[in-house]
Amino acid sequence: MKTRKLILYGAALLFTLLAPFVMPDFKTQLATLWLMIIVALTWDMTGGQMGYNSLGNIFFYGTGMYVAAVICIALTHDVGEYTNAFGDHVYRFTDAQYFTGVALGILGAGVFCSVTALIIGYLTFGLRGPYFAIGTLGVAIAAGELVSNWDWVGGGQGISLPVFPYDLEQGKIFFYALFAATGTVIFIFLRWLYTTRFGAAINAIRDDEEKAEAMGIHTLRYKLTTWSIAAFFVGVAGGISAFQLIHFEPLETAYQTINLGIFMVVCVLLGGKGTLWGPVIGAIVFHLFKEVTWNYLLGWQWVALGALIVVTVVYFRDGIMGWLMHVRPEWFGIRVEKKTGEAMQEAGA
Amino acid sequence: MSAIIEIRDVSKAYGGVVANKDITLSVQQGAITGLIGPNGSGKTTLFNSVVGYHPIDSGSIQFEGKEISRIHVQEIARLGLIRTFQQTRIYKAMNCVENMLISLPHRKMRFLESFSRNSTADYENADRLLDFVGLYEKRFLKAGSLSFGQQKLLEFAMALMNEPKALLLDEPTAGINPTLINGLIDRLLRANREFGITLFVIEHNMRVIMNLAQKIYCLAHGELLAEGEPEAVQNDQRVIDAYLGAH
Repeated sequence: MKTRKLILYGAALLFTLLAPFVMPDFKTQLATLWLMIIVALTWDMTGGQMGYNSLGNIFFYGTGMYVAAVICIALTHDVGEYTNAFGDHVYRFTDAQYFTGVALGILGAGVFCSVTALIIGYLTFGLRGPYFAIGTLGVAIAAGELVSNWDWVGGGQGISLPVFPYDLEQGKIFFYALFAATGTVIFIFLRWLYTTRFGAAINAIRDDEEKAEAMGIHTLRYKLTTWSIAAFFVGVAGGISAFQLIHFEPLETAYQTINLGIFMVVCVLLGGKGTLWGPVIGAIVFHLFKEVTWNYLLGWQWVALGALIVVTVVYFRDGIMGWLMHVRPEWFGIRVEKKTGEAMQEAGA
Repeated sequence: MSAIIEIRDVSKAYGGVVANKDITLSVQQGAITGLIGPNGSGKTTLFNSVVGYHPIDSGSIQFEGKEISRIHVQEIARLGLIRTFQQTRIYKAMNCVENMLISLPHRKMRFLESFSRNSTADYENADRLLDFVGLYEKRFLKAGSLSFGQQKLLEFAMALMNEPKALLLDEPTAGINPTLINGLIDRLLRANREFGITLFVIEHNMRVIMNLAQKIYCLAHGELLAEGEPEAVQNDQRVIDAYLGAH
């Protein structure tokens, strides 16, 4: 078992490192795949492991984009003038300025989103079930509208960022590497986190929050910490996207509630909520499905996607991992009581 | 002996329905205190008031001399006052050991310690308490697949895992196979004697509460009807009338 796991993780790592060179035509696709994995894994932290289905995680993606862009620009130029130039003036960034901007922008995006999650979480974690989902969705929609009316950050036009200073293909590998590194870090982090008492506590909140409170667990503290960590990584992913896309605008790219905002949820549902590998598998299957239908079923792609969502929700409610756990519980070390009558006698003996 | 829980003139109404009216009682440190009364007499309401589930309308509740009638459920639990539920509440998707480990006393844990794994001592403690309630053989089974009685035993073990100073048990024997009840009484007595946990027990089964409690309070229609030694309460004409419905 131990060696099998090592082989699995080794193969995954090898694939991650070699993929952009083995499939040079798919570098951007692979980068997007990692983006899906990141947002799915972070969505599952609250949605799957803690039982809080957020529809507002896209808020951190969009906010991460803007924060990263503003930091990068503000390091060398005046942001207001830059966004209102409309091509009158050419702003130049040296290589050093570009890479400092990228590094600080991405980190700043993560930290900013992390802090924002504490504030929004403090206000919304009183909401339960569907109310939390709608409440957080409202935050994301409102943020998109607000930002698209804020001229200092480009309003509805969005922001254009400097282009990667070297060869375009190298740039693709650069952004793939950033996404893949972030995805690998969050995966390893979660793999560890879910084995700690912290992981157990958020599972307790998911399974019965009232009981968790009655046992003295600091529920709000755990909820805020979890969401804050998730927001950090979504913010980082948003920051990377901002530099990768070069130009973005508020409603369709940054705060894209109906695209990425929903896709991340579908990935998790497809792969299996509340499992470590579920979001990863879900993201891969979803992304493949999406790319195949967008290429070969053009015109019907949204119908196919809708059908996938319906089939998942109706027939595979527990996702791929959940289905595997159901048919092969012994693979996961799950044991279920079979006889009930006799068992009770024994318990008293 | 001093009182660990002091309830003074506590009233609680739901709209026009007065569930508790001017109730005064105390639970002695290290003792087993019983709370009886017919259905709807306000026992669970009083429990909920003590553990902070809802604000009380008037009166005062003290735990170890500290006023707790205005603080939240979690904070009260972290003072070492833990309750079990009438409708057993366990984490059904997890196995028994996981249920136990989640119940570690968070009041004794610093936040950063929650980022560590459970120690060998924690696992041993979980096993020991599961053995204590007779669920050791079933410790790796999913808690939701256990029978109702076993789930109750698990919930009791989880409460013990939390190392409470006082434990409020809401009908610990309800729904339990009569042959298991003696074993449960024995375990409650041992938890009280060996672990030094003060018990405050709501119970419908008269035989159980008579064998268990040193002092019994009886509620009827939201008011305190009688109090005293088990013998005295059992023979109190008002208590008999209340249970038989004569009023």
